[in-house]
Amino acid sequence: MKYQLEVSNITKSYGDLKANDNVSLRIKDSSIHALLGENGAGKSTLVKIIYGSLSPDSGEMKWANNEYSPKSPFQARENGIAMVFQHFSLFESLTVEENIILGLDSVGLNDNFSEQIIKYSKQYGLDINPQQVVGDLSVGARQRVEIIRCLMQNPKLLIMDEPTSVLTPQEVADLFVTLKKLAADGCAILYISHKLEEVREICSEATILRGGKLVQSCIPQEHSQKELAEMMIGKKLTELARANIAVGESIFSIDNLSRKSDDIYGVNLNNIALKINKGSIVGIAGVAGNGQDELMELLIGEISSPKTTLNFNGQDIGTLNSHERRQLSMFFVPEERLGHGAVPDMSLDENMLLSRPDSTEMTSNDVIDWKKVATHSKNVIDTFDVQTPSSRMLAKSLSGGNLQKFMVGRELIQNPELLIVAQPTWGVDAGSANNIHQALIELADKGSAILIISQDLDEILSLCDKIHVLSEGKLSDAVDMKSKGLEKISQLMVGGKTQ
Amino acid sequence: MIRLIPRVENSTAMVLLSPLLALTLTALSAYLIFVFILVDIPVSSVFFTLFVEPLIDSYYFSELLVKAAPLMIIGLGLSIGFRAGIWNIGAEGQYVMGGIAGSAVGLYFYNVEALWLLPLMTVAGILGGMLYAGIAAFLRIRYQVNEILVTLMLTYVAVLFLSAMLQGPLRNPSGFNFPESRIFHDSAMLPIIWEGTRLHIGLIVAIILSLVAWFGIKKHMFGMQIKISGSAPRAAKFAGFDDNKTVWYSLLISGGLAGLAGLFEAAGPAGQLTPGLPQFYGFTAIIVAFLARLHPVGVLFSALLIALSYVGGENVQIEYNLPSSITQIFQGMLLFYFLACDILIKYKVVLFKTKN
Repeated sequence: MKYQLEVSNITKSYGDLKANDNVSLRIKDSSIHALLGENGAGKSTLVKIIYGSLSPDSGEMKWANNEYSPKSPFQARENGIAMVFQHFSLFESLTVEENIILGLDSVGLNDNFSEQIIKYSKQYGLDINPQQVVGDLSVGARQRVEIIRCLMQNPKLLIMDEPTSVLTPQEVADLFVTLKKLAADGCAILYISHKLEEVREICSEATILRGGKLVQSCIPQEHSQKELAEMMIGKKLTELARANIAVGESIFSIDNLSRKSDDIYGVNLNNIALKINKGSIVGIAGVAGNGQDELMELLIGEISSPKTTLNFNGQDIGTLNSHERRQLSMFFVPEERLGHGAVPDMSLDENMLLSRPDSTEMTSNDVIDWKKVATHSKNVIDTFDVQTPSSRMLAKSLSGGNLQKFMVGRELIQNPELLIVAQPTWGVDAGSANNIHQALIELADKGSAILIISQDLDEILSLCDKIHVLSEGKLSDAVDMKSKGLEKISQLMVGGKTQ
Repeated sequence: MIRLIPRVENSTAMVLLSPLLALTLTALSAYLIFVFILVDIPVSSVFFTLFVEPLIDSYYFSELLVKAAPLMIIGLGLSIGFRAGIWNIGAEGQYVMGGIAGSAVGLYFYNVEALWLLPLMTVAGILGGMLYAGIAAFLRIRYQVNEILVTLMLTYVAVLFLSAMLQGPLRNPSGFNFPESRIFHDSAMLPIIWEGTRLHIGLIVAIILSLVAWFGIKKHMFGMQIKISGSAPRAAKFAGFDDNKTVWYSLLISGGLAGLAGLFEAAGPAGQLTPGLPQFYGFTAIIVAFLARLHPVGVLFSALLIALSYVGGENVQIEYNLPSSITQIFQGMLLFYFLACDILIKYKVVLFKTKN
């Protein structure tokens, strides 16, 4: 068996922290190899070492059986390693062709790029028009531009970092066709993901990291999704299941809510309507940038809504601010952690006060009782297993997953009658995500209503009993999941209509 | 090679040490400057006059406190606004306007002796400063005009307005056409708290205000609103704070306190309204606020330090004929070193051997 890349006993430390501890990995020719692990497991460090932007403390690498120790990403690319990052680096105001040329290390004057782009586009099913401006493209199309840019360098190894996190199901399916073709044509692929179902679908081998150490290399099809997840997090997962779906009377409704965005790049909301009953979890699916942020601002009360559009427990709440809404037992978890749901430069205690209904007695007549505040934040930290030395730590010093647990916990301990949460597990590792999901389910089982706005379709599908899709500022009716539900959602996500 | 590496946690030691380090570096630099410019005068005696004499001589010490009081009051207001990210650079203008408004009340009642007069002048002084800063708040909220520019430019308007008032309505009718007001009578003057000096009640007011501000910042949601708005505006909205109110509060408080300081200066050491009212206190208070790291009690101490440079600077000017800009050089270096040393709170210095 030939290996394209062999990584042996790599160690890389940052101070006392071993980001990679004696990690080895072998990628076969023409194979799709998964790199699995939670946040902080050492995936990025390993990839950066392979891509030449970090050099290891010890250990060695072989590239097609030759010594390989890249000093820079430039050298890595010269060897034939290309990478598609999670966050694209494209200029929105330039065309596809211009973007691709800009990304190349060396450009000959006479090269006919348009033709080459179209050639790759046809060969690998990467539907793209070289003359289109990138700003007009969907996220999926932008990813195709990034892939073609990599293919122009004739890579022997393509690294893809969380490629499906922003794609619709149809786009994911198309991407997989492309990746399989690429592998068949001799380009190995290192596929970084935490979506285990996908890994089992397209990867022939998987390397699992945990806490900087290699757990094992295995063939993903030989293990169940749950086994893979448990290897990743190193402990047992709780099965998600609603104990009791007793849907009660209506508690919250949005009627005919429209709003023109203040921002020229914002999305105008058009005629949003939705009803939530007690004890039910309603999901809003959709690709990011289709009005989620704008809707969330209105729901939280950061911007007031016209009369009669928002109704909670029979009360018109459109003009109340977020603090007044919390007094009625509505609580919110925004998508953005640092700077929106939490103040980075303040302690967890101080951050508790962002959400402070009078019932907590953290303040009386606006005078702060810091002892009470500390009791509450300690309660959140203990109940939701937030890893932090103390509640006096600054919010920015916590890892993303821990801060998310704190933010979700801060709202959950209030026992909200209605919880509105955007991207509850964005960037959170599998174990923590499982805990957060479990907590949401328990809340709904107790009879509270929950509205989840998420791009993560798996999350929505596994939690929600009613699903809407937000596309270009319009919200679909609840999707009937009895027949071909996924297909309908997929169509709605790209702005189509269901019959 | 020297490198700055981010610390995992802010260093509490450096929080305390950095002001001392800054002070030492300032003193060292001042020493070097003196070595170069002084001829025939020993550096040590200049240093003594500059830094020590104001502290041990009771008259100079009282003058130091007289100068510290307005710096404390203005610095306090600015520190609140700066926390909210509202940059009121024109406290000098609000100080002048407060001085004019309060003095105008005192002069209107120039023949009335009454206990209520001084409080009324005080209120007028505060309102004068508030209204003047309110212009910047209104423009910022209504038309998104940058408050830095508005407050700064209005300072020049205020100084010219003072001069117009002193040539016109507020001029002393029997003052031989000098651009000065009448001299305030006793019930329009601030009580003296140290017999035989010019030290007035303003110092006590400053200390009380600082404690009130400390409570407001530390224990009241008002402080949280100010801090959150300054540090993460979106989080402030999430918490349910009205960002327009934050702008109003910040500018009205800092303007009102600057106005109060202006009136205190006119009704205190000056005893009348003169073109000499603006003494740069409004600008120097910016340094005071930052040296205190925007802490309301810290402002008291940083104001004393800056006042020392004022009094010491005047003394060396008188005794050794040195230029008065010594004071500004000293204040500038102090702020410069202070801001530089504060980097050490978040970063540590590491010496590297260059690899090759």
